[in-house]
Amino acid sequence: MNLPYTVIFEKRTDDYPAWLPAVTSLASVIIAFIISGIILKIIGGNPIQVLKFFFTATFGSTGAISDTLVKATPLILVGLACAVAFKMKLWNIGAEGQFYMGAFFSSLVVLIPMVNLETTPKAIVIGLMVIMGMIGGAIWGFLPGFLKAKYQVNEIIITLMLNYVALYWNNFWIFDKWSDAGFQMTPSFDKVAWLPRLSDFAKQNKAFSGITLHLGVVFAIIAAVIIWWILERSPWGYQIKLIGDNPKAARYAGLNITKNIILVFMLSGALAGLAGMSEISGVVHRLQERISPGYGFTGIIVAWLAKLNPFTVILVSILFGALIVAGREIQPSGIANLLQGIILFMVISSDVLLRYKIRLIRLEQEA
Amino acid sequence: MNLEIILHAGLATGTILLFAAIGEIFAERAGIINLGVEGMMLLGAMAGFSTSLATGNAWVGLIAAMLAGGILSIAHALVTIHFQADQVVSGLSLTFLGTGLALVLGEGLTGQHPPTIPIVSIPLLSQIPFIGAVFFKNHSLLVYLGYIFAPLASYYVYKTRPGMHLRAVGEKPSAADTLGISVYGVRYFYTFIGGMLAGLAGATISLSVSPGWYSSQTTSGQGWIAVGLVIFAQWNPMRAAFGGYLFGMLRRFILDLQGPALLFGMTNPLYVNSNYGFFLQMMPFILTIIALIWGSRAATKKRLGAPAALGVPYIRGERGL
Repeated sequence: MNLPYTVIFEKRTDDYPAWLPAVTSLASVIIAFIISGIILKIIGGNPIQVLKFFFTATFGSTGAISDTLVKATPLILVGLACAVAFKMKLWNIGAEGQFYMGAFFSSLVVLIPMVNLETTPKAIVIGLMVIMGMIGGAIWGFLPGFLKAKYQVNEIIITLMLNYVALYWNNFWIFDKWSDAGFQMTPSFDKVAWLPRLSDFAKQNKAFSGITLHLGVVFAIIAAVIIWWILERSPWGYQIKLIGDNPKAARYAGLNITKNIILVFMLSGALAGLAGMSEISGVVHRLQERISPGYGFTGIIVAWLAKLNPFTVILVSILFGALIVAGREIQPSGIANLLQGIILFMVISSDVLLRYKIRLIRLEQEA
Repeated sequence: MNLEIILHAGLATGTILLFAAIGEIFAERAGIINLGVEGMMLLGAMAGFSTSLATGNAWVGLIAAMLAGGILSIAHALVTIHFQADQVVSGLSLTFLGTGLALVLGEGLTGQHPPTIPIVSIPLLSQIPFIGAVFFKNHSLLVYLGYIFAPLASYYVYKTRPGMHLRAVGEKPSAADTLGISVYGVRYFYTFIGGMLAGLAGATISLSVSPGWYSSQTTSGQGWIAVGLVIFAQWNPMRAAFGGYLFGMLRRFILDLQGPALLFGMTNPLYVNSNYGFFLQMMPFILTIIALIWGSRAATKKRLGAPAALGVPYIRGERGL
């Protein structure tokens, strides 16, 4: 059969229009939803009902919106962690482990305890926890960074392996030394180590009662602004992007690539560690198993979907926060995972439209 | 703690890594990094398990597992070869996709008992003292398949014409193209083969080594270890096989450390406090890290490395490799 038309891919010689990435990303998300709906239909679910449920569970009320934002908070920080590393083409797949190490280190403030929790003001306890969380993440980022910079060891595998190590490390402490009467968690932290929540102000404003949104979301937004400034406005950000785009040129320009790999990995780890701290201090208020439903991995998708732009990371995180909130109740449980995978696939496939023009060409009819 | 048991169990668990790692070697030799091994393995484990349950035949399950892994890998091939998407990100999304699909389709499989791959002893060979008991006695047929498969894969890659084409495509696709080898065709084919072997590795778990479906715990990171093993093995199938077996044995040895109350005449801390077991559970991952550091150092010294075109999309007529 001969079709009268043919599709050709033509390499773009000009820049693509500024609106195109936004349109292709949005279209990818929508198509991913449709494909997941079809899969759901095939296995005997009701996609329309699930979609309705999705919106009411995530944006249907003030409480639902707050839940979504609470889940978006760690995603923003982890998404930023991935975005910074990916800018330099460093594949930090270890945000999950860095998250757990941040949670562990910030918990030390309370568990050892590092300060007298009775007398120390809240601001200092929280401040110390932030610093410890970032140090914990940065240490876990330093290891793969150092190995990559000094010995050219593949950072993808190292960061992945360190995820598992961090998980078991945490498990040891919550099962053993700091276990709460044999349960797999530490005792609940003293109130002084809790991040303030909106519901704490319910006395002043009735509308805030039951709203669990905590100060961590402010940390996340401040972090986004700082990372944007570093990447777009500072000389260091320029170096990061140069090394990412063209390491050879960067080396000829005299940039210290070894140092930058280690520093960027530590910054990336520190952001993921801060996410762990925010989750510990803002949500669970103790160290326990499964504090993360895979934030570290979702962060990779968030960063990529946001095209590594810190402000877009915030928007995308809210979408994925919604996915996590809804996914907790949608059965079967793998649906959220599946949807994430399809979204990421669609996004990377749609990038081809940024590089090529697709044309439909009429073939000449042969007599 | 019994050397014979450790070696015997190591060969069985090593077979899982052997199939997955050699599959990944095929794909990477063609220039395609596929980080979706964990996802393909989990989907394979699920497909094999549920098909065996439905048909009552473990071999049909095995074929279904291979097809599932292979078909999933085609998504990665399409996106990276034709759309020239980043292979790292595409591989990661393949893991998400495979894990998600496996969990969704594997609902309610836990606790079922489908037929598994038969366990046999080789006559005569299994009578040899010690060696027979370790290598040829009471192993799953898949373990024996592994013995044959690794040298065959090695021979194929290094000594046959299609193997040479495979390496050419991974090292210098433009040269392969001028020889009339279809670069895209070769890359699709070996990505598919890699997916099938990952699926087989998954079914090796769920239908043979530790039969059952434990949702995402079924593979528990072994796909990632296999990807690490490829680098350690420097893209050589025989080294991957030895690495897989060695890894399996070390893993069993470490687990067995928890057993005895006395270790080298001293009280065994692992026996007294079972929570120290968490450090033992870390060991496979720490071992992978050590193996990778060691492998990378050796590779730099001997100037051995990844296939030159690994991770680089090929576009005919453009400058590049």
